[in-house]
Order: sequence, then C-alpha cells, then structure tokens
Amino acid sequence: MTQPRTARYQSALLATALLLASGALLAAGAAVGSTGASHWTALWADDTAGQIVREIRLPRSLAAWLAGALLGLSGAVAQGLFRNPLADPFMLGSASGAALGVAVVLVAGGGVLSAGFGPHGLGLTGAAFAGALAAVAMTLALAQGVHDSLRLLLAGVVVGVVLGALASLLSQLSPQTLPAMQAFMLGSTAMVGWSGCALMAVSLAVAVLTGWMLSPVLDGLSLGEATARSLGLPLAAMRLALLAVLALATGAAVAQTGLIAFVGLAAPHLVRSLSRPMAGPLLLLSALTGGVLLLAADIAARGVLAPQELPVGVLTAILGGGYLLWLMRRGAASGGLR
Amino acid sequence: MKRSLFAIVFDVMVVRLVRSGTRWWWRSCARWVGVSALAASMVPALAFPVVVTDDQGRQVNVMAAPQRIVTLLPSLAETVCELGHCPRLVGVDRFTQWPASIARLPRVGGGLDPDIEAIVALRPDLVLTSGSGRVAQRLQALGLTVIALEPRTLADTRRVLKEVSRVLTGSDRDGTLAWVRLETGVGNAAQSIPPRSRGGTVYFEVGSGPYAAGEASFIGELIARLGARSIVPAALGPFPKINPEFVVRADPGVILIAADQAAGLASRPGWAGLRAVREARVCAFSPAEGDVLVRAGPRLAEAARLLASCLASKAPTLPTVAPGAMPPAMPALRP
Repeated sequence: MTQPRTARYQSALLATALLLASGALLAAGAAVGSTGASHWTALWADDTAGQIVREIRLPRSLAAWLAGALLGLSGAVAQGLFRNPLADPFMLGSASGAALGVAVVLVAGGGVLSAGFGPHGLGLTGAAFAGALAAVAMTLALAQGVHDSLRLLLAGVVVGVVLGALASLLSQLSPQTLPAMQAFMLGSTAMVGWSGCALMAVSLAVAVLTGWMLSPVLDGLSLGEATARSLGLPLAAMRLALLAVLALATGAAVAQTGLIAFVGLAAPHLVRSLSRPMAGPLLLLSALTGGVLLLAADIAARGVLAPQELPVGVLTAILGGGYLLWLMRRGAASGGLR
Repeated sequence: MKRSLFAIVFDVMVVRLVRSGTRWWWRSCARWVGVSALAASMVPALAFPVVVTDDQGRQVNVMAAPQRIVTLLPSLAETVCELGHCPRLVGVDRFTQWPASIARLPRVGGGLDPDIEAIVALRPDLVLTSGSGRVAQRLQALGLTVIALEPRTLADTRRVLKEVSRVLTGSDRDGTLAWVRLETGVGNAAQSIPPRSRGGTVYFEVGSGPYAAGEASFIGELIARLGARSIVPAALGPFPKINPEFVVRADPGVILIAADQAAGLASRPGWAGLRAVREARVCAFSPAEGDVLVRAGPRLAEAARLLASCLASKAPTLPTVAPGAMPPAMPALRP
C-alpha cells in the first residue's frame, strides 16, 4: 500500500507548515508571560529577565508543545485503534487513573507532598504516570485482551468512571487536598521545568517511532477488522503494542500537565480535514498539530488575563468543544462524521 | 573599636568610683550584668546559617537573614508581619488581606496557582509557601530558597511562629513571644465568657457543602479552649464534609456561619426546627471576620475574641445557674 502522490505532497506541505508554526509559536512563547507580551529586546535585559525566559517560558512552551504532541499522537492512535472518530486519548481511563494517583499521594501526605516518594521530588508526577498506566492495564484486564474493540471501550469507560469516583471519594475524605486536586484537574503547564520536558521528549520519541512502525495495522483496521486480520499481521500483538504507546503517551502528558481536554480528539480530525494521509503520516501530523494547538492555547491562556493565568485545560475544553460542535454541524451537512 | 569602648567604660567606672564611692559602682555593675545578659540573649540573632526542616520534610539552609520575602499563604504573610518584619515582604498571594500595609505589594497569584514568572522577577531571597502541590519544588528548581509551612493546628501555629522567627532573625525568641501573646489573648477571651454560657456545643460551618470545623481543627481547639465543644468529633478529621442530618441530630447550642449563608439556614430541609435556628443563636461572620477565624496564623487571639463574644451573647445559658434567662439581644458579631 502506497499513498497517492498528491496525498504525500499534501502531507509534506502540512508537516512543513506545522513545523514552521511550531517554531514561530515557540519564539512567541518566550515573549509572552505574566507581564503580557514583552518585546524581544527586553527579554534579555537583565539576569532576572533572562532567567525567566530560559528557566520558565522556554521549558513551559516546549512542555506545552510536547504535551500537545503526545496527546495528538495518542488521539490518532486511539481513533485508528478503535475505529471510532470520537475516541480520545483518555478513553481507556488513563486520566482518571492519573487523578487517583495524585489523590492517593496528596492524601497519604496529608495534603503535603511526601519527599520520600521518589528522587527529584517526582512524587505527584510519578504517581500520576503510574496511575495512568495502571488504569490502562486494568482496562485491558477487564476487557480480557485487545480482541474486541467495543469491550475495550466499555471497560475503559467503566474504569474511568470508577477510578474517577475513587479519586473524588479520597479527596472528599480529606477536603484539605481538594484545592491541590483541583489545580491538577484543571491542567496547566506553569509548573513544568526542563526535567519534565526531557521526560516528555523521550516518551514522544519512543511513541512516534513505535507508532510509525505499527501504523500498517492501523491502515488495515481502517478497512475493517476482517481485512486487518486477512493482511496476515500479528494483530493481537501489534494492538497491544499500540495500546502501550497510547498509555505511555497519555501517561507522560497527563503526569506533567494534568488533564487537558480535546487536543487529542481535535488534532487528528484537523489533520484529516486538511489532507487524507495514511496512518503513519497521520500519527506524525496529528502529533505536530496537537503540539501547535496546545502551545497556541497555552500562549493565549497566559496572555488573556495577564497577570492572572487561565488554566490551559479550561481554554482547550472551551475551544475544543466549539470545534467539535462545528465539526458535527459540518458533518451533518455533508452526510456523516468522518 | 572594641578596646576603646572598653577603655571608655573602664575610665568611667574608675572615675565614678573615685568620685562617688562604691554604691554607684555596685549599681552600675548590676546594670552592666543586665546589659550583658541582654546582649548574650541577642547573640543567636547572629546565628546564621539557620537550618529549617519544612512541612515537606526538606532541610532548608538559610544563609543570612532574608530581606526580600514572598509569601504564598495568608497566614504566613501575617506571621511575618506579626514578627515585625512586614517591610521585608516584596510579594504576597492574592488572598492575603492583612495587615493593611501589604495592600501596596504585588500579588503573585494563588498558593496553588502562583505566577512563577512574577515571583522570580521579584528576586526574592525567601519564598514561604504552603505544603501542598508542586509549587515548592518548581520554585526550588529555579534556584529560590523555599520553605513550605502549613499550619493546621494550634501546635502548628506555634511551630510556624517559631520557625519563621528563626528564619528571619536567627532566633525563635520573637516567635515564642508572639505565641505567648497569642496564648494570653486566647486565655483572656476564655475569661470573658461568663461561666453560665460555658459547656455548650457549637456548629462552625467553614463552607457550603457543608464543610464543618471539627474538634481536630484549630477552630475546634479554640472552641474547646473557650469551654465549648464542636459537634463534629475529632475522628471525622479537621474539616469534614458532613451530612446536614448530622447537624439536626446533634442540635448544636450555637451556629457560626458566614453572613451570606446565615439567611438561608431556616430554609435548609429540617433545619428550621434546630434549637439554635429557632432561638436565633446564630453568629453570622463577615468575610473579614471569616478571614480571621479560618486562618491558623497569629490573629488566632482575635479569632478567639470573636468566638468568645459570640458564645457569651448567643450560647444557651445553663438552666441551673439562671433559670429561664433570656439570651442577650445584642448580636456579638456584625451580620
């Protein structure tokens, strides 16, 4: 299976445009902060301004891009894997798992982050990551494997609801953890430094490479499960590996930036509305689009209320909700949601 | 300098001794001993670096007395000011309202969603923050000296006063003095309640939900010091979310509640029959009074006074002491 030349050309064009946009937005991200937008020359005016750019704005801008890319990639994987255009990265319960992980650490520490939880104070992010992975593992166990997409989706919904409820229960039992819990649930890039960026970059590299290698199975699945099976691919093993990619990518993103809605859902749709790539390029383009979307939203979130900051998760939920409605209307007009 | 000072002192002593005899000399000696003792007591003020173990279990070295402080919790700003070092504050969180002198300071966001850039831009040499969340480690990673302290009980308040005092001056003396003042204030407040108004039960609502202040919270501890008791037992935790039915069953003697919630008490299902609601034994506190009451900082003596005047005017009097006594009509707290 090779893609038509025009599609390849479109994809390459789109990728270039997205990379350029990423670069421009990263530059803009260095200039926009709690003081509103500042002029480039003012960025290095003194040590403090330099430190703010180097140690705060650049890592958080990069973190927003990386988290968006991870979510965009997971969205494309989830939608291909479940053959469902409404699938989103948190479908297998990873978000609720992460929330439960955070709640457990907050309650165990009496609302105080326990220092002994891990090196470099990885306490909360480590717990969120572990919770996300555990939730996906639980979903897999409940669905008894990866053979039945519908079972998997249902199990994901159940695990998501139950773990989310447990997280709420824990924070209700010790209400002093509620504010910290809420800060996590709203999603923000404000607290991410270079170490968080490094973790996300490694996860993204692993996820993109694995996803690209496994993309033939997604192409097969897009033609139906029977066709995919008839291609002679080790379907079960490859699906499991794709789920691992999904879990790793969402876990890494949610652990660093909290719950950020709709980027994972919207990015693949946006890509498909601009070109019709095969699964491999779709993964890559969705990652790039997700990165651009979240970074743009993050810059807007910093600037809209400056010096106050809007949690970027709130902004993406509002914008993403509007986008989804528009997509639905357009889909209804042109005869169905793609 | 030191030697010349000694020389002057010696001269004065000898000359005075020669002039006016030993009586003055002995008195001067006594005074000198007193001054030396005072000086000795101030030596720890120079005892930097200070090592503090904060509420996240981290050991923080403070090399010199901090001069540019950012606080991210109202009670911590209040503590710094109570110790007399308000001018050293360069930034506070958005919830800090007291004392009035901090009104001119830049706000650096909330304790859990602080404006990291603004904090760094202020170039603080100390950031005092609450214990929750990732704020402390992020700020520390940016090279700032961060101490996380979160008072939840009266014992915590005492500890925080002493620790902040050590960090600011090298000695916990000022913190201990502030604690003694606080204790005295609480004691005086307790004294101000007539014995017949003691021994009642109190429902203190800290937030709609409803969330109540239990016996385990510092508010519950203060209520206990005033001779009353919170209806929420310590086992339920400091500020539990409770079932409204629980309050109806406990039928508290007095209800303390925020003014904007007080009006709706009687319309809560089943609450119209509560003794406190029927007999208007409800103290409604204004937002400013609420700030005093719910912050485990140095203003707890004032909180105790507010609680005491509420109890004195609203608590049902013991029938054995004053049978059929009418409750005082004057409300203690402004609605």
